[in-house]
Amino acid sequence: MPEGHLEIGAIVTLEKPEFNRLLVAIQEQGYETLGPTIQDDTIQYNRINGLDDLPRGMTSKQDAGYYRLEYSGHNNYFDVTPGPQSWKGQFFPPRTELLTLYRQNKRDWSAEKTQPNQPPTALIGVRPCELAAIQVQDRVFLRNDLSDPLYLSRRERTFILVANCLHPGGTCFCVSMGTGPRSHSGFDLSLTELNDVFLMEIGSEAGRAILADLPWQPAAAFSLQAAERGFEYAIRHMGRTIPDVERLPEALLNDLENQQYDDVAKRCLSCTNCTQVCPTCFCWDVQEVNNLSGSEVRRERVWDSCFNPMYTYVFGGNTRPNTRSRYRQWITHKLASWYYQFGVSGCVGCGRCITWCPAGIDITAEANALLSEVKA
Amino acid sequence: MSKPKVAVYKFSSCDGCQLSILNLEDELLDLAGAVEIAFFLEATRRVLPGPYDIGLVEGSISTPHEAERIQEIRHQVRFLIALGTCATSGGIQALRNFTQVDDLAVIVYEHPDYLHVLDTSTPISQHVKVDLELWGCPVNKYQVLECVAALLQNRTPYLPTHSVCLDCKRRGTVCVMVANGTLCLGPATRTGCGALCPASGRGCYGCFGPAPGAEYATTAHLLQSKEHYPGEAVHLMRNFAGYAPQFREAVDALVGGSENEPAL
Repeated sequence: MPEGHLEIGAIVTLEKPEFNRLLVAIQEQGYETLGPTIQDDTIQYNRINGLDDLPRGMTSKQDAGYYRLEYSGHNNYFDVTPGPQSWKGQFFPPRTELLTLYRQNKRDWSAEKTQPNQPPTALIGVRPCELAAIQVQDRVFLRNDLSDPLYLSRRERTFILVANCLHPGGTCFCVSMGTGPRSHSGFDLSLTELNDVFLMEIGSEAGRAILADLPWQPAAAFSLQAAERGFEYAIRHMGRTIPDVERLPEALLNDLENQQYDDVAKRCLSCTNCTQVCPTCFCWDVQEVNNLSGSEVRRERVWDSCFNPMYTYVFGGNTRPNTRSRYRQWITHKLASWYYQFGVSGCVGCGRCITWCPAGIDITAEANALLSEVKA
Repeated sequence: MSKPKVAVYKFSSCDGCQLSILNLEDELLDLAGAVEIAFFLEATRRVLPGPYDIGLVEGSISTPHEAERIQEIRHQVRFLIALGTCATSGGIQALRNFTQVDDLAVIVYEHPDYLHVLDTSTPISQHVKVDLELWGCPVNKYQVLECVAALLQNRTPYLPTHSVCLDCKRRGTVCVMVANGTLCLGPATRTGCGALCPASGRGCYGCFGPAPGAEYATTAHLLQSKEHYPGEAVHLMRNFAGYAPQFREAVDALVGGSENEPAL
């Protein structure tokens, strides 16, 4: 153990094999440790107990409508770019039972609310764009006037270990959205993977407590410099870019009849995939399932989508009756009206909606086309 | 109040939808307690006289005899549910609708002159008024149960119509098109199966029929651009629910006339 005191904000190095002890230390605090693993030829988040569980030496080739895992050419543990799954489901699961109603007789009902029972969870290897997405959803689900108890109970018991990005993927554009390639706050610990060590930054007291008992070393200027060079490389190698992000809110909302919407409507399948892989999309449906005798009703919340034609069906008609209106709603919400609603962009630049669109529709290309068509 | 009487009928079909009802193992006793199974030859030879409150009709109309019988049944049944994709779109046997049935008969039967079939296999709704359509090959047994429960409780059944894609994402199934290049009809297909095929690494073949409001022609063009062999997209779309008007029109737009149409 080195001499000296760790403080929040401190940057130290940890030998790579010591990462196993780091995970154990996190688990000893009562957390289940989830991290990137290979499953179904993609990156999926599962329980990890050590470095051996990580997709070492792997990355993914990503383009519009295209995803393949491939070797990265080096032996890093944290080179994988985001897969189809985001951390969204950790706090806002695809299906949640909200309550169950029981009928004793014709008139008397009793309700049993679902109690939060998620064990404390540590998210290992969260990308800066994904942390930004979690913070966007915090604004949606945890408002001062109204907050979601199930989301809150999961969120407040989560430990976040960020893995900063050195090798972005083909559909990444976090630099345009200002969310990466490096996280500056909102994590308990963050790591930057250098050739032989992990550069660790302490983001919270919980993170400090865990790292304090491990054999960390003070970070030398050389390591800090290597990390900086890595970030510069990442910034230069974004797969996608939106040059004029700050122009988007006004430009998009002032040009709702832009012809680009007719164009994209010819390609869009209205299939909902973009919204489901998006780490900030939060539309849901509430459905009730009752038994044959009507004595028991289960109320569930499930992921839904503004691209589901029935999502906007109300008595008498559909407020967004075609794909053009649905795509316009989605992109103007993500890149424009989200600012006015939540004070932040709804897009973090992770690129999932580009990669996982079967039709290969690219939000950056659409945004740039919309911007270029706007009359100056 | 006496229990509502339920009748289950079979037309041109494989019996799979009827078997789905019988597969409601945990719920079957409750079902038999809530309704009177009055006519269900697949389950029991006991037949109670009509009329019946609920009629579940499996199969398509593909013979002159069936075309007559469905009229009689309509008079016997108060609420008629078309059960499964044969009953809602003509089923896999509606492949004949895209060719000449006589040409097929000589290939299959030694004495095709014994056959008494119609030129087309058509959905129940083309012959009589249908009160509710349940899609699927076979139907989702829980959707059948939900419909019966809704009728008993005098409410609208909860039958979502979104794409299969939404189901894949809810269950965490990786997109077979993006990650494997497998053709999949999920974007244009109605939910109900729970994304059974993609969850097994297969592309959706659209057995729950067209999802209302989906982009059928756009999907068809996209699938064609990702074909592994010429005609793959047409074969996929002209399949179990291929005679559903939305899929039919999308294929028509794709092949642009019969000349360059791939063989069945």
